[in-house]
Amino acid sequence: MPSPGFFKIEKRGGESAFWRLAAPFLAVVLTALITGLIFALMGRPPGRTVWVFLVSPLLAKGGLAALAVKAAPLIMMGVGLSLAYRANVWNIGTEGQFTLGAICGGGVALALPDAGSWVFALMAVCGVLGGMAGGALVAVLRVKFNANEILTSLMLSYVFQYLLIYLVTGPWRDPQGFGFPQTPLFSDAASAPKLGGSGNLHLGVLLAPLLAVALWIMLEKSFLGFQFRVLGQSPRAARFAGFSEASLVWIAMLVSGGLAGLAGLFEVAGPVGQLTTKISPGYGFAAIIVAFLGRLNPLGAVAAGLLLALSFLGGDAAQIELGLPRAVTGIFQGILLFTLLACDVLLAHRVVWRRQRVA
Amino acid sequence: MLVNFLIAVLVGATPLLLAATGELVTEKAGVLNLGVEGMMLAGAIAAFSVAHGTGWTSLGCVSAALAGVALSLVFAVLTLTLQANQTATGLALTIFGRGLSALLGAGYVGIAAPVLPKLHVWGLSDIPLIGPVIFGHDALVYLALAALAGVAWGIRRTQLGLVLRAVGDSHDAAHALGYDVVAIRYGAVMFGGAMAGLAGAYMSLAYTPLWAEDLTAGRGWVAVALVTFSAWRPLWLLLGAWFFGALMYLSLFVQGMGVAVPSALLSALPYIGTIVVLVLISRDSRLIRLNRPAMLGRPFLA
Repeated sequence: MPSPGFFKIEKRGGESAFWRLAAPFLAVVLTALITGLIFALMGRPPGRTVWVFLVSPLLAKGGLAALAVKAAPLIMMGVGLSLAYRANVWNIGTEGQFTLGAICGGGVALALPDAGSWVFALMAVCGVLGGMAGGALVAVLRVKFNANEILTSLMLSYVFQYLLIYLVTGPWRDPQGFGFPQTPLFSDAASAPKLGGSGNLHLGVLLAPLLAVALWIMLEKSFLGFQFRVLGQSPRAARFAGFSEASLVWIAMLVSGGLAGLAGLFEVAGPVGQLTTKISPGYGFAAIIVAFLGRLNPLGAVAAGLLLALSFLGGDAAQIELGLPRAVTGIFQGILLFTLLACDVLLAHRVVWRRQRVA
Repeated sequence: MLVNFLIAVLVGATPLLLAATGELVTEKAGVLNLGVEGMMLAGAIAAFSVAHGTGWTSLGCVSAALAGVALSLVFAVLTLTLQANQTATGLALTIFGRGLSALLGAGYVGIAAPVLPKLHVWGLSDIPLIGPVIFGHDALVYLALAALAGVAWGIRRTQLGLVLRAVGDSHDAAHALGYDVVAIRYGAVMFGGAMAGLAGAYMSLAYTPLWAEDLTAGRGWVAVALVTFSAWRPLWLLLGAWFFGALMYLSLFVQGMGVAVPSALLSALPYIGTIVVLVLISRDSRLIRLNRPAMLGRPFLA
């Protein structure tokens, strides 16, 4: 039967275990190639530009530590999203929950400037609770009012961003800050505990992979994790088995929100050191890619978080060394998700090439 | 004051109306494209750079539509041909579009492009009250209203509309009747892309005088929300867009009056309003179930 095209896509019987692991690597290679092509179109030497973007940040002095610090919030958020997306709970507002966590935790630091070193623990708790509150709002709207969580969580991100702007330009502004929109710097007691003497490595860097392992165990080895996986793969089966969709939505939103809040708290109590109007360079969307690239597996999110962190560092390097706009990072991330989704086709489908027949 | 209010509502609603009309057609065909924000931003930078370079705003609008179509084609190839997840691909489109517009627009920040000319209808535009409100706008304002009216009529009254709804409500039945489901969906997605591109052009050539990164500020997402909270009915789409336009005007107006509410909190008002309306509409799950295209977001493999 004649039909146009050189190839045809057929369903495989099951899912290809090989492509499940190989697809992210293929996607990274393709993304590097496509990004190089874009650089070439912009009149830049593609090889050198990709090198500066993806390799040079690692070779720089303290590069690996910088990578770990950037990766920590991405891993925390990506791990939470892995859980939520497994259950088809599409929380895309982690940026907002990150912000709310930073506001709640940072607020504690500002309210208790002379407190002892115990204050950081309180900040961490408040950061998590803040993120959870942001997640809970989305969960209520979805469970009680049937409102689509994609739209509500994203809209709330804008709301929380404006709340942050209000606070740092208004009541929380540093009186000695020459009118800059920022709060006073947090005290030493209210800063994330450092690992080692020098450098920016902080407690969050250590905590992120531990949280990933904890969530992996929960997801793969517990009955709760089983319920998540069933709900994601077959909501009908989950209903027949009597699993409560509402409570799984709640757990997914609380966990992913709480982890985003913790990430926000560590970011402002660590690298940033205060609240400003711009505390995230776009971690929220990047974390979505982390979750997908890590195959919705918390351990995979660790590796993926490192790669996405590299794309942020690469954006900085490209700006400093080559004068390219930092927005290169966004292009790279977008293409990475595109190519990953395209490669994922190979999971459940196979490409059959059509031989051209000579009549 | 009333005149200013009505003008502001019409103007504020225009980009939403353009983008939401496109998304309505896309969703009616059973495809959920969450990349509207990304396509709008791509359209915005295409329109801005072409209008800035050539001085022709009309050429800018055409390139914006083409940029939107180009991005929507990436989405269509991934989701319709390669069967990728529509939610994830739409998010990728948004991330990519944001990066693309920021990269291409990096040299334009703070620079002005030519503004879309206001159409002046001799005699009519000078009528007090009615004149400026109804007759004093640029072409895209009228195009947005005309497109919505056209789509409303087309979906209900034409054969093409019937086929579109068939594809969106039961792609297997449409396929069995001999319609090319994938081709029709490609068309619907591309229409959505063109309209989102035009919405972006309106943002960069009429709404904001200077180029700024991320100048759509979430309007693409509001447009997606509008389609849901209109329950896929064109008239309600129009009312929703006007409502959002009114909220935006209100937040600016109250700030201008010097009321003691901080401006940052007022800026959040339109987003809160969107959530509230979305919640009110979604509560009525019968309304949503009756009107939602049954195949929305489902892949089709012949």
